[in-house]
Amino acid sequence: MRFEGTDNYVATDDLKVAVNAATKLRRPLLVKGEPGTGKTVLAQEIATALGAPLIEWNIKSTTKAHQGLYEYDAVARLRDSQLGDERVHDIKNYIKKGKLWEAFTAPQLPVLLIDEIDKADIEFPNDLLQELDRMEFFVYETQETVKAVERPIVIITSNNEKELPDAFLRRCFFHYIKFPDRATMQSIIDVHFPGIQKMLVSKAMDIFYEVRDVPGLKKKPSTSELLDWLKLLLHEDMPLDVLQSRDPTKAIPPLHGALLKNEQDIMLFERLAFMARRPNS
Amino acid sequence: MFFSFMEELRSAGISASLKEHLALLAALDADVIGQSPEEFYYLARATLVKDEALLDRFDQVFGKVFKGVFTEYGQNPVDVPADWLKAIAEKYLSPEEMAKIEKMGSWDELMETLKKRLEEQEKRHQGGNKWVGTGGTSPYGNSGYHPEGVRIGGESKHKRAVKVWDKREFQNLDNTKELGTRNIKIAMRRLRRFARDGAVEELDIDGTINGTARQGWLDIKMRPERRNAIKVLLMLDVGGSMDPFIKLCEELFSAATSEFKNLEFFYFHNCPYEGVWKDNKRRFSERTQMWDVLHKFPHDYKVVMVGDASMSPYEITHPGGSVEHFNEESGAVWMNRITSTYPATVWLNPVPEKQWGYSQSTKIIKELMNDRMYPLTLEGLDDAMRELSRKHGH
Repeated sequence: MRFEGTDNYVATDDLKVAVNAATKLRRPLLVKGEPGTGKTVLAQEIATALGAPLIEWNIKSTTKAHQGLYEYDAVARLRDSQLGDERVHDIKNYIKKGKLWEAFTAPQLPVLLIDEIDKADIEFPNDLLQELDRMEFFVYETQETVKAVERPIVIITSNNEKELPDAFLRRCFFHYIKFPDRATMQSIIDVHFPGIQKMLVSKAMDIFYEVRDVPGLKKKPSTSELLDWLKLLLHEDMPLDVLQSRDPTKAIPPLHGALLKNEQDIMLFERLAFMARRPNS
Repeated sequence: MFFSFMEELRSAGISASLKEHLALLAALDADVIGQSPEEFYYLARATLVKDEALLDRFDQVFGKVFKGVFTEYGQNPVDVPADWLKAIAEKYLSPEEMAKIEKMGSWDELMETLKKRLEEQEKRHQGGNKWVGTGGTSPYGNSGYHPEGVRIGGESKHKRAVKVWDKREFQNLDNTKELGTRNIKIAMRRLRRFARDGAVEELDIDGTINGTARQGWLDIKMRPERRNAIKVLLMLDVGGSMDPFIKLCEELFSAATSEFKNLEFFYFHNCPYEGVWKDNKRRFSERTQMWDVLHKFPHDYKVVMVGDASMSPYEITHPGGSVEHFNEESGAVWMNRITSTYPATVWLNPVPEKQWGYSQSTKIIKELMNDRMYPLTLEGLDDAMRELSRKHGH
């Protein structure tokens, strides 16, 4: 069971090593990186490559750690007790399994994705320490211990909005997806758009890296934005010479909406274009 | 070898623990990787470093500890085909040198020279600008090639182990350098204090169950939601010597406004006196009296002053020292009033900490602040926020 990237995902060597270490030793893999560099997609691709089902747990600012284990619906039980429902006598009826429980007891070894763990409260990762380390937890209401049949493969992503506690980090492997260089980017594009015109890609990549290099951009476009933009260029059947005639007075690339997501950035480009035009007139 | 590696890592400030060390050994034992140094580097990195800001430091330590081991392996001249060397030699050695080598007549010497070249180039690549500008005398510059270390390293890529860690690709992620809004926000989150305050809109389950048990009927209890109850007063120095730091202050400001609900801000110039203002265009017409500020905002406000504290010492110590108007009372008096009204006060200084010692006024302000002056870097901000969130007796 080795991860070598898939047909639609280009994995760099260091990423492969990290993923293989995590799957082999069954420790969580923590993935960080700029938004849009394929952190979440990685978990899906690992699941596909290993032929394992994917269980996704998307974290929000209001998510609590115990929601991943189980939830005890006290209000429903209270209501049933008022109505004299028979179900009220068995507390098991009011316990809802969380994603972690699901992953621990899955019939087939799953890949568990804990997406954007940094969105939750600062204490959140600490509350999951034991559960992820020993892969078991205790259900107080029914006095039973839920233990993983086989340790699931756990992928955790973070956007670095909050620092994660040391004790939590010690239990993980860590990988930082750095922004792909041109060669890697080329192979990513090849994977997503097989048979695309070489010239178009090369021109588009020139423009893309130029845009990324403009100082003062609030949000630099990332891999996923480049792919969207290429899709758009293909869809619109943009003639090659539009990209080729990069005259400096038109600083904004065609269909820029896919690349620039911020009105200040678009303004910046308009100003640049204006400044490029001025000396000529 | 591993132990000295661990020791090096720890002394470089990467807190790799025994647990991680064991994990690394377990991974090696489980044959996660093949037998290439790169893969070992990747594995060690994934196991031992958990913060992208430390990746660059890890690369340096790795390079240092395993230098002897891998350089021998990597720079084995047998790996390099002779005609490739010759091509390189023709490209990079001057005719005189070529002649000299031919006189010596041995490939060993040629390889020695080349090896030295490569080493020198690698040093240049790591060290920065040492070679820039020496083009005239260097054999590289003459031939019209840009003397880039990467070039030789790049061409030889397929022939010998390229040391990925020597590239140090993660350099700009070191946490003492860059400071974006998001990083500032993260640092500011240290200041969060949750309290239940305001409208009741959340179901209090414990209270409801308790009430129901007592009453015998369904007794719904509600309670207010938890909110960040911290209150911040931000005072920013504007104009003059602060101009180079506008971008930094902008970022700090935008991060602060989005992070704190109760945020008040005022501007001052160089040193706070009896008046502050909220709009720079109307700084002379619409001033707020400092006394009003001190009276209006209660003591539990946390005060963050931002300024470079670079001015003439008289602007702080003497009445009438201000550059813009005649101040009846000295800046020091006003500084003392602020720090005594608000026990939690810090001063953030965008000037690098190393330069503080050269400025008389910075020393005075730092003294007036009881040493609570912090550089406007991520680490400094972190320390400042920690100071602010300390419990202050009053």
